[in-house]
Amino acid sequence: MVQEVTAAGIEPTAGGKRTRRRGKPSRKSIGMFLCIVPFLVLVFLFSYFPLYGWIYSLFDYKPALGLSGSEFVGLQWFRMLVSSPTQLAEILQVLVNTLAISFLGIATSILPLAFAVFLNEVRTPWFRNAVQTLTTLPNFISWVLVYMIAFSLFSSTGLVNSVLNDWGLISTPIKFLDTDQHIWLTMTLWSIWKGLGWGAIIYLAAISGIDQSLYESARIDGAGRFQTMWYITIPQLMPTYLVLLLLSVANLLNNGMEQYFVFQNAFNKEHIQVLDLYVYNIGITGNSLSMATAIGMLKSVISVILLFTVNAIAKRVRGTSIV
Amino acid sequence: MSTVSAGVHSRRAGDMIFTIINYGVFLLLVFLCAYPFYYLIINSVSANDVSALGDVRWWPVGFHLNNYKEVFHLQGLPLAAVVSVGRTVIGTAATVLASAFLGFMFTQSKMWARQFWYRFIIVTMYFSAGLIPVFIIMKTLGLTNNFWVYVLPFIVQPFFIILVKTYVESMPESLQEAAEVDGANIVQIFFRVYLPNMTPILATVAIFSAVAQWNSFQDTLIYITDQSLYTLQYLLYMFINQANSLAQAAQNSGGDLSSIISAATSQTPTSIRMTVSVIVVLPIIFIYPLFQRFFVKGIMLGAVKG
Repeated sequence: MVQEVTAAGIEPTAGGKRTRRRGKPSRKSIGMFLCIVPFLVLVFLFSYFPLYGWIYSLFDYKPALGLSGSEFVGLQWFRMLVSSPTQLAEILQVLVNTLAISFLGIATSILPLAFAVFLNEVRTPWFRNAVQTLTTLPNFISWVLVYMIAFSLFSSTGLVNSVLNDWGLISTPIKFLDTDQHIWLTMTLWSIWKGLGWGAIIYLAAISGIDQSLYESARIDGAGRFQTMWYITIPQLMPTYLVLLLLSVANLLNNGMEQYFVFQNAFNKEHIQVLDLYVYNIGITGNSLSMATAIGMLKSVISVILLFTVNAIAKRVRGTSIV
Repeated sequence: MSTVSAGVHSRRAGDMIFTIINYGVFLLLVFLCAYPFYYLIINSVSANDVSALGDVRWWPVGFHLNNYKEVFHLQGLPLAAVVSVGRTVIGTAATVLASAFLGFMFTQSKMWARQFWYRFIIVTMYFSAGLIPVFIIMKTLGLTNNFWVYVLPFIVQPFFIILVKTYVESMPESLQEAAEVDGANIVQIFFRVYLPNMTPILATVAIFSAVAQWNSFQDTLIYITDQSLYTLQYLLYMFINQANSLAQAAQNSGGDLSSIISAATSQTPTSIRMTVSVIVVLPIIFIYPLFQRFFVKGIMLGAVKG
């Protein structure tokens, strides 16, 4: 969520308004640098140093033996990904899940924009504020809690089954959670439930920045409410929408694992396993650290390439980069 | 004339219908977002035998607050609450201070190789070595089963640094010049002049950071096996699944659910889960509306200024 906002508006370059002076570093400038060294060390340790760990993908790494005691296997893990039929089938299923859920996310990414456009038509300030506060709340709870809510509403003794039973619609509880059916769709719906109100905030801010004279002149020309929505509000929001859309394309493979981990069970495992969860499942739970590293590494490389590509497209189309 | 007024009329009627539908849809959305929280709360204060059946729907049935007393007798829960509060307070304080300091320092054009180090940090937003290499590094550094794994990786956060830096750039440069004339060094200038004047943006950073810390689940899952370092989120996840396996065990053994549960705890699985959930979610519900305006503004400020 945080990155979306950045990319939409902030150019993370150091070109501040303060002018730069050239020349040999003075004692003062080195002193300033030394002040931030401890933080640079943290960044190095947690973000750069792990890159060295990609080397584990070339070994049969056993934590007990350490890297020096582990056997060097070259590209064995990468070859196994495509040569072993069971492994290949498994990874393809994981990829299909990943892409399916990502595309459903992209297909529904227009909803926060629509939410903002329609909320803008609500003229009662207290109602607007209440809607905004209450619909943003789910964004601030953890996926564990979302799962808890899903569990208390949809488990076999949960509210929905209990209500359906009282109404005489069912005699045995429906297994909403312990099923492999429609799992991509339910995951998308939970993401929407959690993120819709929050996602709309950036569009609401963009709407408040639209030049009011556009609306005034449209009204003088006799434009009605729907016409101003369609011809002014929505076109004005399109640049923001496109940036976020491009970013979600760049994040095609990065669904994160938390949501899928908490919803995962023996019934839905085949269709809920996205790449991030798969890496966890085989790496941490299954202890195939090297195989998991190899897959994670491929994922990281492809993601960075996607990001560069998308950024280049954005540069060509919009004239500015998005990252 | 009459056709014009008829047109205005139909437009007004259309407007009316639209307005009603619009309000209706938003009411529905509000209900969908708010009711689950309400459901958890009323169930946690209702009679445990009724709540276990899913029969508490609109208001509490057999109101009592016993669950909130009982739940703190659960093994591990008081400690998990301490860990959760601890990581939230310490982690947030560290993140806020570091973001403020780094955001300020990166406005200092005199710093050696400023651009380079700024990019060195910012670029980490866009790549990750992946779960397993990070896990192995954490292990190597002795951070698995260590409280500091909840704090150290989150101290330097590029996005917050961008926010603060943008904010500092909008402050008058004369502030610093005046302090420099008085002979203050850069650290003094930061603490005495800039830090006190950054409150709005630091509030934003603080609320984001605190919510992320409080909600964090994945790091406990990956790095922690020592039960004394479990967080409330992790405990809640375990309770959901433990009760699951309890019920399953009961089904498999042919049904005597009550004896298994009373053996585990005097409460029902439902009451425990509901109560812990409410404890986990209440801080968010209370804090969020208070801070909402503050941090939405802070974010927009960051976005507009860039």
